[in-house]
Amino acid sequence: MKQHWLYRTGTSRKLWILGSIVLALTIMAELFISLHPYFAIERLFSFHALLGFISCVVMIVFAKLLGVLVKRKDNYYDDV
Amino acid sequence: MMCDWIHPGLLLILAGLISPLIRGVWRSIWILAAPIVSLWLIWSVPSVSECTITFLDYNLTPLSVDSLSRLFATVFSVVCFIGTMYCFRQAKILELSAALVYAGAAIGVTFAGDLITVFIFWEIMALGSILVLWSAGTRSSWQSGMRYVLIHLLGGVVLMVGIVAYSQETGSIDFIAMSPESLGTWLILAGFLLNAGAPPLSAWLADAYPEASFSGMVFLSAFTTKAAVYVLLRGFPGTDLLIYIGLFMIFYGIIYALLENDMRRILAYSIINQVGFMVCGIGIGTELALNGAAAHAFTHIIYKALLLMSAGSVLYMTGKRKCTDLGGLIHTMPFTATCGIIGALAISAFPLTSGFISKSMITQTAAENQLLLVWILLQVASAGVFLHAGIKFPWFVFFQKDSGLRPAEAPINMRLAMLIFAFLCILLGVMPGLLFWMLPYNVDYVPYTAPHVITQLQLLLFSGLAFFVMLPWMQRTLTISLDFDWLYRKLLPCSWNIAQRNYGSLETRIKELGNRVICSVGLGISRIYGNEGFITKTGLTSYAVFVAMIFLLGYLLFYLFNLT
Repeated sequence: MKQHWLYRTGTSRKLWILGSIVLALTIMAELFISLHPYFAIERLFSFHALLGFISCVVMIVFAKLLGVLVKRKDNYYDDV
Repeated sequence: MMCDWIHPGLLLILAGLISPLIRGVWRSIWILAAPIVSLWLIWSVPSVSECTITFLDYNLTPLSVDSLSRLFATVFSVVCFIGTMYCFRQAKILELSAALVYAGAAIGVTFAGDLITVFIFWEIMALGSILVLWSAGTRSSWQSGMRYVLIHLLGGVVLMVGIVAYSQETGSIDFIAMSPESLGTWLILAGFLLNAGAPPLSAWLADAYPEASFSGMVFLSAFTTKAAVYVLLRGFPGTDLLIYIGLFMIFYGIIYALLENDMRRILAYSIINQVGFMVCGIGIGTELALNGAAAHAFTHIIYKALLLMSAGSVLYMTGKRKCTDLGGLIHTMPFTATCGIIGALAISAFPLTSGFISKSMITQTAAENQLLLVWILLQVASAGVFLHAGIKFPWFVFFQKDSGLRPAEAPINMRLAMLIFAFLCILLGVMPGLLFWMLPYNVDYVPYTAPHVITQLQLLLFSGLAFFVMLPWMQRTLTISLDFDWLYRKLLPCSWNIAQRNYGSLETRIKELGNRVICSVGLGISRIYGNEGFITKTGLTSYAVFVAMIFLLGYLLFYLFNLT
């Protein structure tokens, strides 16, 4: 069976490079466009990118920690 | 008074009830035509029309139309039509029939001008939804359906008591904007919130919906929670408490979806998350925020149905729901994957999709009103949506490690339904005016400004980066997550079992005592009313005539004495 091009070796590396360029572009765009912010904190350069990245890392870590408390085997309720 | 208009909701309910009696190709035509006729009726009833029916001492208004109710009724009938198109050749007739009743009841709620009518359609909606759920026919759908129906009947009772108290307090049953300050209004609010999936009883949603059939969850996702959003919009706009409840729902949905392994349960949690955005907008309560909440409900119904159709196609073709069993389906299901990705981009509010134009109205209001904390949390939540629904769902189903599954694409009617909704997601994103003119207030909002697009792309793309950087932390495990329903699914049954083990003899004694009491009461009753009982024993006719004569004589005497 033919492998989808996404699964070929080397594709992942190319996608990472392409992705990084796009990420850089979205930040560079801030140099050319004034964002007229509503809050002082928005004046921080690349604020939205930082917010997106950091908050997601925090949420993943929080979910992982909460998982320690609330995760059970998926047949947990079957034996009641 | 009679009404000049046919009620579009009642029409769908009747069509649903009649549909099992029709056979063959006519049934398919009937089922597909009903939502279209209903949609036509929704737009042919003029906005000012109201018709009233007198019931007991109340004047009911089952058909009261304005732009808000028409907006919701429109999207309900559209999703009913595309939903039935998605499954009319695959689903059971029970499910299709119940889905029409369910959709009709949801439309009935949106046109209700008084609280009693709201309540009646509210309960029909509960019945329709439970039948859609049970039509899956599995043991797990039966069990989770029982839990679902218990919670919703509880909600219905709370709502009813609230309406009774409210009508006593105010002497009116008109369904108008209220604020939670009396017993009646608090209970009504609680009844509404329960259906929206608000805390603490939000576990019913992720418990029940994923147990429906591959197509049943498409219907379930559309009506109950969004009808709740509608009644909150109409009944409690600007109630501050709703901001905080909405924020809680948003983050609850994200965190639980991140922990989840079942692809349809991920999407179920994300319903709570998205409804949280709407509830938050209703809480802020400005015209822009209410427009935003209504618009978001409209776009959400469409992209969530699209996501669930894509997940449903995967379930239908592979029989698998767990991320740990899936992966690599892009090989043979590229069409389903593309539709799923369009839905995922829309739910994440990517520019050029419908989510971008609706969700941003809510965040924009928070910014304009200088609610810094609310605004930051909404932005963080937008990033979180991309994380849990926007990337996680398509990644683990269609990409990641290759599971080796090579299912064919779903049948043509299922693909056509997905194609239409995918098209709508993009159409509304590119031409927001199509949606804006239907909103309850005038829209003075331009979603596509360069700063807005740039900041949104930064936010979303960098949360995507976080997903792939943290991928080892995201690996799925064969687990479920405990929730509030643990109390009634584990604690109560377990304590009952323990009590029975330890106090088993006590239980038998109580039962014996009860039996003795019931026996002696029964014996006493049979002595009086039994075959030979004092009251019911058979006597002679002559005896009865004699007694009647005595009475008549007494009456005559009484009459004569009174005369003198």
